Amino acid sequence: MDPAPFEAVFRQEAGRVLATLIRLLGDFELAEEARQEAFATALEQWPAAGVPSNPRAWLINVGRNRMIDRIRRQALFRSKILHLERADADTRAADPAPGDENEDAFGDDRLRLIFTCCHPALGIESQVALTLRTVCGLSTEAVARAFLVGEEAMSQRLVRAQRKIREAGIPYETPEPPMLDERIDGVLAVIYLVFTEGYAATSGTDLIRTELCSEAIRLGRLLDALLPNRPQVRGLLALMLLHDSRRQARISPAGDIVLLEEQDRTLWDQMQIREGLAMVEEALRAPGPVSPYAVQAAIAALHAQAPHRAATDWRQIVGLYEVLLRLQPTPVVELNHAVAVSMVDGPARALDLVDSLAARGSFDDYYLLAGVRANLLQRLGRTQEAAQEYRAALARAKLEPERRLFARRLVELGTD
Amino acid sequence: MQYLLLIYSNEAQIAALDQATTAALMNEYREFTQGIIKGGQFKAGDRLKPTSTATTVRVRNGKTVTTDGPFAETREQLGGYYLIEAKDLDEATAIAARIPGAKVGSIEVRPIWFPASP
Repeated sequence: MDPAPFEAVFRQEAGRVLATLIRLLGDFELAEEARQEAFATALEQWPAAGVPSNPRAWLINVGRNRMIDRIRRQALFRSKILHLERADADTRAADPAPGDENEDAFGDDRLRLIFTCCHPALGIESQVALTLRTVCGLSTEAVARAFLVGEEAMSQRLVRAQRKIREAGIPYETPEPPMLDERIDGVLAVIYLVFTEGYAATSGTDLIRTELCSEAIRLGRLLDALLPNRPQVRGLLALMLLHDSRRQARISPAGDIVLLEEQDRTLWDQMQIREGLAMVEEALRAPGPVSPYAVQAAIAALHAQAPHRAATDWRQIVGLYEVLLRLQPTPVVELNHAVAVSMVDGPARALDLVDSLAARGSFDDYYLLAGVRANLLQRLGRTQEAAQEYRAALARAKLEPERRLFARRLVELGTD
Repeated sequence: MQYLLLIYSNEAQIAALDQATTAALMNEYREFTQGIIKGGQFKAGDRLKPTSTATTVRVRNGKTVTTDGPFAETREQLGGYYLIEAKDLDEATAIAARIPGAKVGSIEVRPIWFPASP
């Protein structure tokens, strides 16, 4: 059977269906199986019977009933059956077809699911994998591909994570206010990780993995809808929208990297920029401490607003990086700050900053630092040293388009 | 659910505390224990003597081998535990965070393995 016509429905409903099944069945793994059975049954029946008028309610009912039947048949744990009978009675009494008249309950279920998947008791890699698999409804194979691991390994990681949720008693609940902010930050970290891997992959043949960027933005929008008016959520969503607005301009038709200063700005998505800019404003104006995502978004906003390269407000960008350094003193932020400084005070001053960063030896991705250093040396006319750094960067970079960029620069230097 | 909260800390550091600090720490532990007894989460809890008093037993090929130790080679040693009843992991970790030792050492939170109910 060709699943293509129903795939859109499955993708759209996957997260909601699973979230509600977890509440009804009280078990993560069981709900996951129920969802799979419901989708399989739909593939059998929909081609002849047509897509039901409320596919979500249909999928939830079929999934729940299949699991209840199976558990009764296998006479599994008594307590589990009691739980199911209670849930069964509850839903029948409250709502014979758990459909769209109960949008709030669905929203609550999805939020619970997000907080469960992003629980700090799970490793960050498991959090990311679980979120993509269960909240976004990506297939295990797609999640494995996204993080360049084998399907078998990814499947095991997912099983282990689901088992820990049950065995350790990780709650299926939205945290209470004293914990809520901290836990929202954890969810945002997961979304940001998905986005950055999509925006600039760490290895492989493609700079951009569009599907990961889109999933991250989708998750950001979902979280923003479920938890409205949170400046840190708005800040991250704005950041992603603004970065992603440049997608078309960042790679040449041949798949080569086009750096910001060389990009065709007419290719930037102006609608997405407008949406992002409005959100940055909101996130920055909100009371309370400013979120690092909002500051990063403000930097992206200044780039997005410059009609051409020379009009970029580098002075303000340097200032924002200094704010960011206070909030998030990481080597990558320091490096980006140095690049901005080079545009205001020149490459010599920036090279001092980069050298002091290198001397502290705290940089994991050395090729990033080598790439920046090479560029600064090139601008200072120190060609031989620049070539040496480009070679160092080339030797360490794992992403094909990045390697080609460094190789191109080496040719331009003409040192060989 | 039931959870075992294992309290790890540097026992050399604890042993080096002066009398007043030790007394204050014991007082904090008493208050914490009273708190979870009142809250209905307390099942059991004890402080352990230092690892210098520990003995390790292994049975290999039917023979019991008893040795001294384990020695305090790692940075932190098991120094005590609480057995608690909690609704879920979030409640368990919230209780673990209130253990005075959490401020200097670390608390491992482990769910208790219960056989499936009949």
